[in-house]
Amino acid sequence: MRLAQHMAIASERVTATAIEATEFPDMAQAYQVSGVPKIVINDRVEFMGALPESQFLEAVLQALEPAEP
Amino acid sequence: MAFLAERDQQAVRNEFQRIQGPVKLVVFSQELVAGDLCRQNEQLVREVAALDDRISVEVLNPAIDRERAEAYGVDLVPAIVVEGARDYGIRFLGIPGGYEFSNLIDSIIAASSGEATLSDTTKASLAELTGDVHIKVFSTPT
Repeated sequence: MRLAQHMAIASERVTATAIEATEFPDMAQAYQVSGVPKIVINDRVEFMGALPESQFLEAVLQALEPAEP
Repeated sequence: MAFLAERDQQAVRNEFQRIQGPVKLVVFSQELVAGDLCRQNEQLVREVAALDDRISVEVLNPAIDRERAEAYGVDLVPAIVVEGARDYGIRFLGIPGGYEFSNLIDSIIAASSGEATLSDTTKASLAELTGDVHIKVFSTPT
């Protein structure tokens, strides 16, 4: 969550939500959370575990790429 | 019973010396939906806020304060919005225990100044984002 919340502060376009998976089992199930931390960006890009800042940013940018035809 | 032991309170107080401006923690509670969790969440937030005068707390009930909950985009409880000079879009759903507790403290400090701790390269890329980005981070208390 640390990187996500700093990105939210840096950009008005970014929001960051930490979700306690055991308190919201339906959501955790919907997002197929089998381990934590699991990060989901725009419901399109997801990864598990902490990433270095540059790779986290890449994932953010990837989530904004146009969908493949 | 308090969530934060004296030792933890002191550690957080030390961290809060880096706070630079007012921060509001908007707590969403709804007794009928998740009474125990909401009470615990509210207590944790109040204990944290009591450690520094620059932190204020407001409690809202999404069933009653509907318009404001909608404006914050919060429809689940318990939830916390961390607001500084503006709403930066930082939300915690569920009680931020364990690892997320340190992120809550970090978000309060960061929101107090509006300064993100990121590299210049990252900040430059974020400044050029062409669309909205919603990041969800799932965690567990342990």
